[in-house]
Amino acid sequence: MIKFFLMVNKQGQTRLSKYYEHVEINKRTLLETEVIKSCLSRSNEQCSFIEYKDFKLIYRQYAALFIVVGVNDTENEMAIYEFIHNFVEVLDDYFSRVGLHVLQLLLIEQPLPAASRLAARAGTVSAK
Amino acid sequence: MPAVSKGDGMRGLAVFISDIRNCKSKEAEIKRINKELANIRSKFKGDKALDGYSKKKYVCKLLFIFLLGHDIDFGHMEAVNLLSSNKYTEKQIGYLFISVLVNSNSELIRLINNAIKNDLASRNPTFMCLALHCIANVGSREMGEAFAADIPRILVAGDSMDSVKQSAALCLLRLYKASPDLVPMGEWTARVVHLLNDQHMGVVTAAVSLITCLCKKNPDDFKTCVSLAVSRLSRIVSSASTDLQDYTYYFVPAPWLSVKLLRLLQCYPPPEDAAVKGRLVECLETVLNKAQEPPKSKKVQHSNAKNAILFETISLIIHYDSEPNLLVRACNQLGQFLQHRETNLRYLALESMCTLASSEFSHEAVKTHIDTVINALKTERDVSVRQRAADLLYAMCDRSNAKQIVSEMLRYLETADYAIREEIVLKVAILAEKYAVDYSWYVDTILNLIRIAGDYVSEEVWYRVLQIVTNRDDVQGYAAKTVFEALQAPACHENMVKVGGYILGEFGNLIAGDPRSSPPVQFSLLHSKFHLCSVATRALLLSTYIKFINLFPETKATIQGVLRAGSQLRNADVELQQRAVEYLTLSSVASTDVLATVLEEMPPFPERESSILAKLKRKKGPGAGSALDDSRRDPSSHDINGGVEPTPSTVSTPSPSADLLGLRAAPPPAAPPAPSGAGNLLVDVFSDSPAAQPGLGPSPEEAFLSELEPPAPESPMALLADPAPAADAGPEDIGPPIPEADELLNKFVCRNNGVLFENQLLQIGVKSEFRQNLGRMYLFYGNKTSVQFQNFSPTVVHPGDLQTHILSLAVQTKRVASQVDGGAQVQQVLNIECLRDFLTPPLLSVRFRYGGAPQSLTLKLPVTINKFFQPTEMAAQDFFQRWKQLSLPQQEAQKIFKANHPMDAEVTKAKLLGFGSALLDNVDPNPENFVGAGIIQTKALQVGCLLRLEPNAQAQMYRLTLRTSKEPVSRHLCELLAQQF
Repeated sequence: MIKFFLMVNKQGQTRLSKYYEHVEINKRTLLETEVIKSCLSRSNEQCSFIEYKDFKLIYRQYAALFIVVGVNDTENEMAIYEFIHNFVEVLDDYFSRVGLHVLQLLLIEQPLPAASRLAARAGTVSAK
Repeated sequence: MPAVSKGDGMRGLAVFISDIRNCKSKEAEIKRINKELANIRSKFKGDKALDGYSKKKYVCKLLFIFLLGHDIDFGHMEAVNLLSSNKYTEKQIGYLFISVLVNSNSELIRLINNAIKNDLASRNPTFMCLALHCIANVGSREMGEAFAADIPRILVAGDSMDSVKQSAALCLLRLYKASPDLVPMGEWTARVVHLLNDQHMGVVTAAVSLITCLCKKNPDDFKTCVSLAVSRLSRIVSSASTDLQDYTYYFVPAPWLSVKLLRLLQCYPPPEDAAVKGRLVECLETVLNKAQEPPKSKKVQHSNAKNAILFETISLIIHYDSEPNLLVRACNQLGQFLQHRETNLRYLALESMCTLASSEFSHEAVKTHIDTVINALKTERDVSVRQRAADLLYAMCDRSNAKQIVSEMLRYLETADYAIREEIVLKVAILAEKYAVDYSWYVDTILNLIRIAGDYVSEEVWYRVLQIVTNRDDVQGYAAKTVFEALQAPACHENMVKVGGYILGEFGNLIAGDPRSSPPVQFSLLHSKFHLCSVATRALLLSTYIKFINLFPETKATIQGVLRAGSQLRNADVELQQRAVEYLTLSSVASTDVLATVLEEMPPFPERESSILAKLKRKKGPGAGSALDDSRRDPSSHDINGGVEPTPSTVSTPSPSADLLGLRAAPPPAAPPAPSGAGNLLVDVFSDSPAAQPGLGPSPEEAFLSELEPPAPESPMALLADPAPAADAGPEDIGPPIPEADELLNKFVCRNNGVLFENQLLQIGVKSEFRQNLGRMYLFYGNKTSVQFQNFSPTVVHPGDLQTHILSLAVQTKRVASQVDGGAQVQQVLNIECLRDFLTPPLLSVRFRYGGAPQSLTLKLPVTINKFFQPTEMAAQDFFQRWKQLSLPQQEAQKIFKANHPMDAEVTKAKLLGFGSALLDNVDPNPENFVGAGIIQTKALQVGCLLRLEPNAQAQMYRLTLRTSKEPVSRHLCELLAQQF
């Protein structure tokens, strides 16, 4: 099950965060800092899965942007790993002509309901 | 495309955003924002009514300002107004604002809910979706209360559009997760299951997510989803790579949906319906076959999606753990991945294989990859992969490969990452102990462990090696020699000094004959380390010295000199000072005889579960320990380290072959009386009583002893001796056993270990052993959910006794923690004593709260009279003589019955042996027949039993005859055994 979804840049700033379980705001900052630190410290040779506390982190890097998904241990790592890519492709398809600021608005608007994931290309997005 | 992408739609917004971006300083940005806020405020307050477009624009700006991190304290009303607009873009921005900024502001909530209600009822699918998304995004309890009842209706309504159904399913899922109590179950549940058949794959995907979550709580309500999921899966798996159009991802049909379906199936046991099961097995085989086919695309996305399905398929196969063929195929497939160039795949393969190793069907197949895994441990550049490799080695270890694996892990330890050293140390210690055949190897291994990673060797580990050396006299000489050699190293770890000090103090005499390790040499070697050690170690060494005085009188003068030295007698540390003073006095005052008595060798430690194991369990949580407990894994180890040995030996003293892990341990003796001379150091140091002396700092021995002493049972309730029920364990509270209790019990008549019970929430595993009239049973309660169980309380009663008021079984239980975390496992130990023969098994009642709802369950504990069987070998002549002696009609019980299982002689033999009797060859003139003999051991009496089983292969029938000296026992045994064939 997906617990949280983060988009973070290389400077360690969170660009987008979405939590599917209640986490207090001040704890989020701490969690994000630690999560980012552990992702940034890894090399290309290392695998994309990190055990972090009770979660497993699954991350992918796109240029300067990291997408990190926190899941519990019953989740299929490979499915999430590829889901991240699918998500990026959907964004790319859908917003290629849109400036970043609007993208940012939209990212928050899209419900990304917990554990739903984008079912397939353009799947949930076309719900709108 | 949503309207916002029409850039000219909100020019003002675009200008504002680019202004902000062009700001050179923080101050400039704040200035610009304040200007804009003033502007918006004046517009909202102005007399002129704003049109929808302007409202939308200003609300958007406010939102943007909020996202930049500024507080927004107005504009909510305007946003709420937008909700009732009929224009999509205006409504959308309204919802957006609400979703991001809403709080439980009471007046607004009412208005918002009203708007949502209107949209849900609007029959305009776009508006309905917006409303549903808003509910899901906010997900608050208030919203749940307002809408939880409406959403199921929308979800299953025949006329809802696909997109609405999809959103409704996800919205409901969100609400259910936030507050499960608000979502009413009802007739809609059955219809939700049928969404799995929906034409629209988006609806199916959303429905699977919803069902997977709901069925965990009410598995029976959603049982029908299994066959629907199987047929959906089968259609996806067998579809061509382009059939599913939008839902095909790089030539893989609906990968995420497949994964979800496979996961849903893991909430249930294998389908009972043969047709469904056949179809499912076919699916699983297809997935495995596809993994071998050449890829349809070179793109990595293709293979990733395919592998995601493959890994989920393998988890399902492991979950079922019933198809040997599939398990072995899964293992081979993972074996290929072990050498894949993708690190991710290697990681996942190692992880999956770890669970495969615990299945009896695939354990051997996993073992064939040992070299690859060892290589991974050595060469992987990623610590997380190495960690998985170490886990897998641990899981695949058994008697046949223990030496190799332990030596590889030791080698790895020298370079292992600091973060995982302690865990590796524990694992090595456990494997060495569990699979030790010769104990010199064990001692070597542990000493190596201390040498290589002394800092990470916890007290449990070195306590354990001392326990074992103390209890096994065949290894003491070797241990003394080895520690002596190890101490020669110029720099050795303090833990080594502790072990060395203790062992030489006890067994130094065994190597004193060699002039190279004569007593003075031993002493000076130890004393050379003394000054570099911590207080605790020095205290331990002082005890060693006083023991030396007893062992080697020739060292007395030297040691007294040391004790008398100012640095000891006036040591600032009160513990050291006291030891020095008292030892010195003891050595000068006491006669040799008194010394010899006081300083006698330590008595053997009571056998019990390895403290290391307990530590690993604590450290790793469940899972890690459970692989160990899983006795299925390693049938071959039973002969020494886990099984019940037929040789009678007294239970109170550990026999030389006593199992290291203490599995065959006798029930803990009553706690020793508290020592009278409190404050007496000698009691403290030398008595084998664990009582800590309050006046003294904890000396190592004290810690040591209290560690080793079996804890007095926390609730030494001879449950059955006292018909007045304990407060929380009243037998009248215990419900009747579940209907399948008898069936579950029957599974355990001929075996001692396995899974007693399993449902969606809870798994109860049993591991037990019996010797003579005593038994010890470990119950493992596993929480299969991710939610904590509360008020968890298992209790045991024996109804048979309550009826007759005669105590026939004494069961001692220990309380377990009342909370069981999600995914965690707790263990309960039961000590059982059979006082006299009994017919009904005790009942185990488990009660707990899960998600607020009380759950209770009563099972029959697998303790049947035959567990107390002791096999007896006898010659044909004796057998027939005794058979004749038991010729009274009531002493015999006979049953003729049809075979329920294939009639296989080997299986029958195994069952009879499992039943507990000895099998006697060459007794019955007909070699097809089976003859057995044994004695049932109870405290009050022994019951001799003879049995004869005559299979008739043609008629598929058996005749079973039992003769015992006690009538009810004959009948009872006959019934128990007849059900096994």
